[in-house]
Amino acid sequence: MLETQTHQRAAAPLILNVNGVHKEFAASNGTVEALRGVNIKINKGDFVCLLGASGCGKSTLLRIIAGFETATRGSVAVYGTEVDRPGPDRGMVFQDYALFPWLTVRENINFGPRHRGVPTPDIVKSTDRFLKMVGLTAFADRYPHQLSGGMKQRVAIARVLANDTDILLMDEPFGALDALTRSKLQEELIDIWKATKLTVIFVTHSVEEAVVLADKVVVMTAGPGRIDAEIDIDLPRPRDVSSPEFNTLRRDVTRRLTSHIARSQPVSATADA
Amino acid sequence: MSVQTAVAAPSNGPATGTAKTTGTAAPANGLRQRLRTIALASIVPLCLLFMWDFMVRWTGTRLIPLPSGVATMMWDFAFGGIYDDAYSASLPIHFWKSVQRVYGGFLLAAVTGIPLGLMLGRIPLLRALLDPMLSLLRPVPVTAWLPLSMIFFGLGPKSAIFLVFLGAFYPILLNTVFGVKSVDARLYEAAEMLGCTGSQMFRAVVLPAALPSIFNGLRLGAGFAWILIVVGEMTGVPEGLGAVIMDGRTLSRTDLVITGMIIIGITGFLSDRILVLLSNYFLRWSPQQHA
Repeated sequence: MLETQTHQRAAAPLILNVNGVHKEFAASNGTVEALRGVNIKINKGDFVCLLGASGCGKSTLLRIIAGFETATRGSVAVYGTEVDRPGPDRGMVFQDYALFPWLTVRENINFGPRHRGVPTPDIVKSTDRFLKMVGLTAFADRYPHQLSGGMKQRVAIARVLANDTDILLMDEPFGALDALTRSKLQEELIDIWKATKLTVIFVTHSVEEAVVLADKVVVMTAGPGRIDAEIDIDLPRPRDVSSPEFNTLRRDVTRRLTSHIARSQPVSATADA
Repeated sequence: MSVQTAVAAPSNGPATGTAKTTGTAAPANGLRQRLRTIALASIVPLCLLFMWDFMVRWTGTRLIPLPSGVATMMWDFAFGGIYDDAYSASLPIHFWKSVQRVYGGFLLAAVTGIPLGLMLGRIPLLRALLDPMLSLLRPVPVTAWLPLSMIFFGLGPKSAIFLVFLGAFYPILLNTVFGVKSVDARLYEAAEMLGCTGSQMFRAVVLPAALPSIFNGLRLGAGFAWILIVVGEMTGVPEGLGAVIMDGRTLSRTDLVITGMIIIGITGFLSDRILVLLSNYFLRWSPQQHA
């Protein structure tokens, strides 16, 4: 079982190649280096978590992959084609949802297909399918302000899925939700990922979230943002957060993450941590 | 009042049949609420009317007519049969001319102000090109344009429409620009990553996101349009509510002046209500939107 899984993963084609990405921002006193020499290779169907403390550049990296920002040096390529702008092949789910408030749930979900000129029968079919997948069929004609945070984020996920995306980019998508809703949505996301065989890049600062979700956790360090380690998570799914194996892995990842925080923070801050 | 209370009371009763009771109680409550609103709103005007009547009688002035005199004038202005002079039963024609000019100027301001505002808010080059010029012209009072507009458009309705247009244009333009500038940048990013590009963005994101501000601008603009109609109709047009007020002034017929003022007030109020209804319909998605 484990062997076939490993075999499949090795055979999956390379979908995303982040190659030597540097990012500098102009600041009042010169430039701030946000990312230094970041290299990541992601295969089709992988679930990858970018894990790091705030300010480590994980969101910047995600925004460069999405095409909202451009790398100062280095490149990002999807299926070998260099990324230079946002595109439907890389669908983004934002922490603050970014739903269109003037559109109903249904209209939000089919926004992408409508603007790309997909034939109407196909739009109706795919909208209904993804409404059902995120369990919002009964809320199809509501407006975003009538929904809870969890429901809004389900709409945001369905909106990207309905747009036939290759890579799902998620920027701390469950950060603003309460713990119960959050774990429910984590489960649903895994089900969706299995059903659609999407590639997911998920940014989080929660070790537990990363270990629950990912095949591979990419640990990032701050000042400037770099990749510290890539840790494969081979736990079977669904994952039991109370199992000893889970806790061993969580401890390992936490140690990896905090070791560099201890190094980069002043002494007083270390005592608090 | 007591009947309504009796109907409303059972809704707090036992659970059986509650749905039915609330069903009948809701419209009664709605009506009660409405009556209450109207009653509250009429207190101040009624007091003012009473004070007006009292002050005129008390001072014995002949410059200002009694409310009853104005009411008679209004009746004659609308239906005739009392004074039988040049103004008897002439309300429809004056009203219609003014409405045409107000909405002509207002719609002209809306169809130029909204698209220009959307573009100014979104295209920095255009903003750099036009913003300084517009900011220079904006502080000039519309009334100061009166002599020039008479030279450009002659004596007549065109001049009035131009002045109304000028007055309505700036609030509509500035509110549209403000609306576009305050759109959450995330929404552009979301639209972009979903494959919405270039000019599609205007219709799909910029216009709907700026719509609450645009409606604010339209309401302000319509208000200014009714204010400016009197100025606009000073330019020697024979018909229109503004012209009637100016005639009343020259003829020292204060009852006519006040009649014109009241009719403009009521029409302006109703036209604002129509805009509010439209705004409620188009902004039904917005949580901030209420009557």
